[in-house]
Amino acid sequence: MTEQLEKDAADRLVSDFTPPTAAVRSLRKLADGKDPKRGPDGEKLTPGRRIARILMYIALIIFAIGLLTPFVWMVLSSFKSANEVFSVPIKWLPETWVWQNYIDIWTQSNMLVWIRNTLFLAVVVTFLQVLTGSFAAYGFARMRFRGRDILFLLYVGTIAVPWQSYMIPQFIMLSNFKVSNTLWSIILLQAFGAFGVFLMKQFYETIPEELSEAARLDGLSEYAIWRRIMLPLSVPALASLTLLTFVATWNDYLGPLIYLRNPDLWTIQLGLKGFVSNLFDTNYALLFAGLTISVIPIAIIFLLGQKYFVEGIATSGLKG
Amino acid sequence: MATITATEAGTAPPPARRRRSKLRLRNTLIGWSFILPNFIGFGVLTLVPIVILFYMAFTNWNVFGKADFVGLANFTRLMGDGSFRTSVVNTLYYSVMHIPLTIVVSLGLALLLNNKLRGVAFFRTAAFFPYITSIVAIAVVWNLLFSPEYGPINEFLKFIGIQNPPGWLTSPEWAMPAVVIVSTWRDMGYYMILFLAGLQTVPRELHEAARMDGANTWQRFTNVTLPSLRPTMFFVTVMLTINSFKIFDLILVMTDGGPGQSTLVMSQFIYRKGFEESQFGYASAAAVVLFFMCIIVTIIQFLWNKRGNK
Repeated sequence: MTEQLEKDAADRLVSDFTPPTAAVRSLRKLADGKDPKRGPDGEKLTPGRRIARILMYIALIIFAIGLLTPFVWMVLSSFKSANEVFSVPIKWLPETWVWQNYIDIWTQSNMLVWIRNTLFLAVVVTFLQVLTGSFAAYGFARMRFRGRDILFLLYVGTIAVPWQSYMIPQFIMLSNFKVSNTLWSIILLQAFGAFGVFLMKQFYETIPEELSEAARLDGLSEYAIWRRIMLPLSVPALASLTLLTFVATWNDYLGPLIYLRNPDLWTIQLGLKGFVSNLFDTNYALLFAGLTISVIPIAIIFLLGQKYFVEGIATSGLKG
Repeated sequence: MATITATEAGTAPPPARRRRSKLRLRNTLIGWSFILPNFIGFGVLTLVPIVILFYMAFTNWNVFGKADFVGLANFTRLMGDGSFRTSVVNTLYYSVMHIPLTIVVSLGLALLLNNKLRGVAFFRTAAFFPYITSIVAIAVVWNLLFSPEYGPINEFLKFIGIQNPPGWLTSPEWAMPAVVIVSTWRDMGYYMILFLAGLQTVPRELHEAARMDGANTWQRFTNVTLPSLRPTMFFVTVMLTINSFKIFDLILVMTDGGPGQSTLVMSQFIYRKGFEESQFGYASAAAVVLFFMCIIVTIIQFLWNKRGNK
């Protein structure tokens, strides 16, 4: 009786905390690049409609300008000389293209160390999150046992609890374990989030139960079902989780700020921020070159895996 | 198979029942073994700190690790702390601007991109780009864009005839609106995706029927589109509210709470008291307030949503 109640509560919470399933399905189609429902419908373009279309294009262009100007400005400025960044009136294009900025940022900062640290963190965190997340998700989605639903309720409930509210006890705890000021602290911080469990569980529940039932009759253990049936079938969700976790770890600023005091452990975000505040006369052109370098890997990953990003957000409604 | 029989145990004769309860135990063990690797991390790093938080908030825990129970002293001190009150007011001010603005902009963008226009696929991608860009890059670039003397934004404003453009991040009145602009710019792609997904589920027939009845575009929007978007709207509002209450990193790198205390928010108050002044107990009390603000507002929204569903 109480188990049923728990389950109902968990289900209700989950369904309220995630985008409606119908929306998820249509997003999948969106992500695949197919435009759902809007076929060539052969409606005539009346003058009113034509004006509406023109207005929509104008709105679209204004949006695009507002959206992309900061990026364009960042990249263009990274090719300017130090003084030219602040020229009044503004010159958008650099007078001479200073490619040297991209060489200088490597020699004048610890860029290589920062990138190495960040990459290490992003890879380890992603690996652990995907592994433990999908493993636990199988338990939640496919196993029935005492305490499961109350446990899942705990996972869901933490969505409404901001990390900022428990960062202090967490820090004191990890300091007592002597892991603060090591890269392990960030790994611990990021790798076991509820997010991965959540995303994978949502996906596993779309896989027909009959598949695992059949495998069970064939004598496969639950672990084998997870590894040989569920994992191969959930490649899209795994890809989403991998990309979202990787990007979140790469971009994280607060965790490293609190835990990584030693400059040799800095991530690229901390390093670039330190570059701004440490030197009083920051060379902004150089800084922009550094920022561009830090954004490019993410941009490439995003463009390649765009579909999985959209799907991941659609299924979980959360970011990493 | 086993899982189903296991849960149906009850009136069976004794030998079968023993076998079943054994099965049940086995299932429980296997289930836990799946969850444990993640749960150990989650429990130790999330649940335990939350429990400790509630203890710390009632102590004067400081940098020496000495903690005496002080009852409600931290909370009474918070009530009289001008900085804390400012941070609460600023957090609410930020939320009140950020939440509606983001909903309007991202819904507008979604409505626009839901049309069959050339280049829509490109915009769907581009709109998302700020969201995956690092906070440091965003802050540095926008800080310069907002710069009163050299910034392109004020140059543009002067160009269109505004004589005294705002000082943005250097002015106490305009710093918060500037932060709101940047955070809306950053978040709109993400919420746009959610709205776009919701819009795809609005039945086309409803629109057709409304058009037959002579409803104009605006009437169709308010009477067909908005009601159909209800679940999405609820979800977006809940997430937006929690994310607004905990706003921190953007402010930390853009303004660091300034000028003065004009953009000091709650998370930053907690950070300052905790990590800069090592008053862990006092900072925890502020964190407890933030915790309850998020929980309570979420519960209110859930109840509101339920009432509307009836």
